[in-house]
Amino acid sequence: MLGETLVVAGLIFVLGTLGMIVRRNAIIMFLCIELQLNAVNLTFVAFSRYVGIEGQIFVFFVMAVAAAEAAVGLAIIISIFRHYETVNVDSFNLLKW
Amino acid sequence: MTEILFFVFAAVAVGGAVGVVVGRNPMASLLFMVATLASTAGIFVLLEAHFLAAVQIIVYAGAIMVLFLFVIMLLNLGHEYEQDIRSDVAMIVGFAVTGGIGGLLARQLGGGTTGLETNLGAGEAIDVALREYGAVGAIARPLFTDYVVAFELTGILLLVALVGALVLAKKAS
Repeated sequence: MLGETLVVAGLIFVLGTLGMIVRRNAIIMFLCIELQLNAVNLTFVAFSRYVGIEGQIFVFFVMAVAAAEAAVGLAIIISIFRHYETVNVDSFNLLKW
Repeated sequence: MTEILFFVFAAVAVGGAVGVVVGRNPMASLLFMVATLASTAGIFVLLEAHFLAAVQIIVYAGAIMVLFLFVIMLLNLGHEYEQDIRSDVAMIVGFAVTGGIGGLLARQLGGGTTGLETNLGAGEAIDVALREYGAVGAIARPLFTDYVVAFELTGILLLVALVGALVLAKKAS
């Protein structure tokens, strides 16, 4: 089961990376970050069968950090949307060189 | 039976991930994401991580995804069908980077996992803890003894995130 789970986690992680690079909608980019975190969680749980319960505890912490990140990130998206009226990241070019 | 269930969950998880990336509508992407999270919870159950499966459904699919849903509806993005895939250059870069990472992962996994599955005692120890303390107790015991400092710091992190999100999303007075 370990090998198959790692393959699934790898596929999900790679798809998250692809979405992060290819999409321009800030909310979908956030969803892709969540996909990557989820893939790593899957790897942690798969390895916990061979390393110990610590793997599952780290997943717990990753979920807490993901919740905090989603709350702050979505607040940033809302405050940017108030200013630009869009969530397309190409429009946010104030800091662009 | 376990194998069949695993492949069903794996197919739904990967298919949902594809749907998140290719979905035109943010709402559709979000619902695909919920499918991915739910089937990941199913894989957690097959890997004997029952507590995490419940937390995955309640916290991830239940709370975080609803937060995303609120924001999509608040910003009125649900009927946005305009093209938001990047230019061809970004597509090439994206597929190159993704292919590189995927190739590295495939090369590592291609060697097999026989060397990693040696420590079978760890899985048995987890099974014993699950029988003795239950699904929650098996995680709670190490969490509140060995990792209690990290646990408390996670609480502080969540408090800081709460206050930060309020300050950021509040209308400037």
